[in-house]
Amino acid sequence: MSTVTVNSAPSLPSGFTSDDFEVFLQSRVEPVWVTQRRRVAFELFQAKSAEELDPEEWKRIPARAFRPEKFSLTGKAAIGFDTAQLPLMQNRAEFEGAVVHVDGSATESRLTEQLAAKGVIFGDLATVLCQQADLLEPHFATKAVLPDTDRFAAWHGAFWTGGTVLFVPKGVQVDAPLYSLVALAQDGVADFSHTLVILEDGAEATLLEETASGSPDIAGLHVGAVELLVGKEARLRYVQLQNWNQKSWHFAHQCGRVEGNGSLQWTVGGLGSKLAHIHQDVHLDGRGAEAQVNGVTFAKDRQCLSYYTQQTHNAPDTRSDLLYKDVLTDESRVIWRGMIKVEPEAQKTDGYQRNDSLLLSPTSRCDAIPGLEIEADDVRCTHGATAGRVDVDQIFYAMCRGLTEHEAMHIIVQGFLQTVTDRIPVELVRETLDKAVEVKLGIGE
Amino acid sequence: MSSILKITDLHIAVDGKPILKGVNLEVKQGEIHALMGPNGSGKSTLAYALAGHPKYEITGGDIEIDGASLNELDANERARLGMFLAFQYPVTIPGVRVADFLRHAVTNRRDPDRKEGENLMPMREFRQELRGRMNELGMDPEFARRYLNDGFSGGEKKRMEILQMAMLKPKFAILDETDSGLDSDAVKVVSEGLSSLAGPETGVLIITHHERLLEFNRPQFTHVMLAGRIVETGDASLAHELHANGYTTVRERHPAEAAEEQAEREETLATV
Ligand SMILES: Nc1ncnc2c1ncn2[C@@H]1O[C@H](COP(=O)(O)OP(=O)(O)OP(=O)(O)O)[C@@H](O)[C@H]1O
Ligand SMILES: [Mg+2]
Repeated sequence: MSTVTVNSAPSLPSGFTSDDFEVFLQSRVEPVWVTQRRRVAFELFQAKSAEELDPEEWKRIPARAFRPEKFSLTGKAAIGFDTAQLPLMQNRAEFEGAVVHVDGSATESRLTEQLAAKGVIFGDLATVLCQQADLLEPHFATKAVLPDTDRFAAWHGAFWTGGTVLFVPKGVQVDAPLYSLVALAQDGVADFSHTLVILEDGAEATLLEETASGSPDIAGLHVGAVELLVGKEARLRYVQLQNWNQKSWHFAHQCGRVEGNGSLQWTVGGLGSKLAHIHQDVHLDGRGAEAQVNGVTFAKDRQCLSYYTQQTHNAPDTRSDLLYKDVLTDESRVIWRGMIKVEPEAQKTDGYQRNDSLLLSPTSRCDAIPGLEIEADDVRCTHGATAGRVDVDQIFYAMCRGLTEHEAMHIIVQGFLQTVTDRIPVELVRETLDKAVEVKLGIGE
Repeated sequence: MSSILKITDLHIAVDGKPILKGVNLEVKQGEIHALMGPNGSGKSTLAYALAGHPKYEITGGDIEIDGASLNELDANERARLGMFLAFQYPVTIPGVRVADFLRHAVTNRRDPDRKEGENLMPMREFRQELRGRMNELGMDPEFARRYLNDGFSGGEKKRMEILQMAMLKPKFAILDETDSGLDSDAVKVVSEGLSSLAGPETGVLIITHHERLLEFNRPQFTHVMLAGRIVETGDASLAHELHANGYTTVRERHPAEAAEEQAEREETLATV
């Protein structure tokens, strides 16, 4: 069991200026190369902040009300906050390893002796980066999420505070899922957490991650990154359930890279936040690599959830299969822009992407924009998007069998999500999503 | 005591347009009634109105079970009281397994006060019962795991309606053309299924254009609907006569309704 280093000063700068950045660096205890990378990222952040955000990317995203100056880092995790009432995986299972961050600082980090003895490393990023600097240096922010991508990636690269690292050595298989929670418990606090998963060749693991707010009323900001590095013939299952409250802003770059014959199964639950804008990329880098991406989103009230997904085939005989299902109600919006990219050398590629949305209210709206960029000639790539409304005849039929209108709505929504939930192998995740859907539908209130 | 479904001077409008214009009918538990009538006469409208479809507005009259009015109850409340409609066109609900759907339905029927989220009837007990009923209706048990009516053939959908009826054990069942679109083997299965189910516990109203269903389920009463009213009531021989000779003689006996029917047809043609 590793202990948590308190890697932050009690008070941190209130903003993200050069002066704030210097104060922030003072507060960190970390290897020189880490600081160096932060400096590079900060310069990029300044340069990119001076530029306009890509209008093509941001034209659909209602980010105008976002005020970064209202948020700041804090070195102190709130004590005694309660997520028991939330539909969280944490409240439903025991894990062999868990990492918890509250308000940007690690509050728990543990792994069973048995797994540690096999060479598995699982812990909070700030600590592990110090303890395993040489091991992580080649992987951290160099392959998947690079700070020069855009303003948010650079911002994250400069100011990340914590996160979760999972490293599984060659050929080691971790059967039971490991768990990570990222929580915000104080008003106006920013979370810059970074998830880094490295599976060496032939390794296997499952990481279940979720985000939560300590109460519905606190404003929060997440500028995050997820890096998933899957070695040859390795198998990773990664789940992230985003369940912030509706006063949180969620920006993230998330990227998985899969080497030859490796496989990545990536499940995303988009439930919370006021506005979420996520780049989710998978790169299939080696022959025979495959990725399955499953997305379940449920937007209500005035939530806006935006997913820009990309499946890049860089090698021959690679497969990608993306399925998103969106449920929308009230005034909410979901935006999905999907892209399948096939490089010239990636012959015999099989790429698939699909987004289905179910609108429960006439005032909700889903924009689904699939796209293909194919440079190889012997490939099979298909895409599709559908949008439907709840059918009044279905509701009436179910009511004629004794289901309340609400129950009818519930089973119709569950039925709509079935094809994607069928693809989620972890029972706990299915249960948690189901519970979250019930909460969203207002059941049990 | 056997229950009575009593329909008194029922007026129904759809989108403001009057369709039923004073229907009177009494069905007791255990009785079989046939409802016949030409296309567009209002049979399905009566069925939907009894089931509680929100689009079918009651503009006059009453629907009662044992003196308690159903007028203000929604479809779910009526179903829990024992009303059942086998749809002329059963609805598909993708992703929802037959067994899961029916387990909810049956639990609510048997425990009418159940609130959403409360316990469902025990899985084992439910499965066993479902398997038994499917077996009686000659259905492959595999259907329990399929999505409700999704990709079912016309006949399979109708059989699924009968299965649901068998599981829900309604006090009053309305079968809207359950026999249409079935091959003769399927009609036989459905008819036999119905006759074995429709014991003294269920009052049945069979809407049909055919005779086969009535051969197995001989009605004590046959009603004929024309232009939104029940214009004649007889016994099983009336159903036979209508089947043999059509509605010409009925129209001759009820010239006022026939004229109304004709006028409405012309009106519909004019708006097309
Ligand atoms: N939802 C609706 N909107 C508009 N008109 C309707 C609606 N439902 C029924 N009607 C009209 O009411 C009349 C009666 O229709 P209904 O379906 O009850 O007839 P039916 O006796 O069941 O006919 P069939 O034998 O063809 O099934 C028809 O003129 C029909 O067009
Ligand atoms: Mg009809």
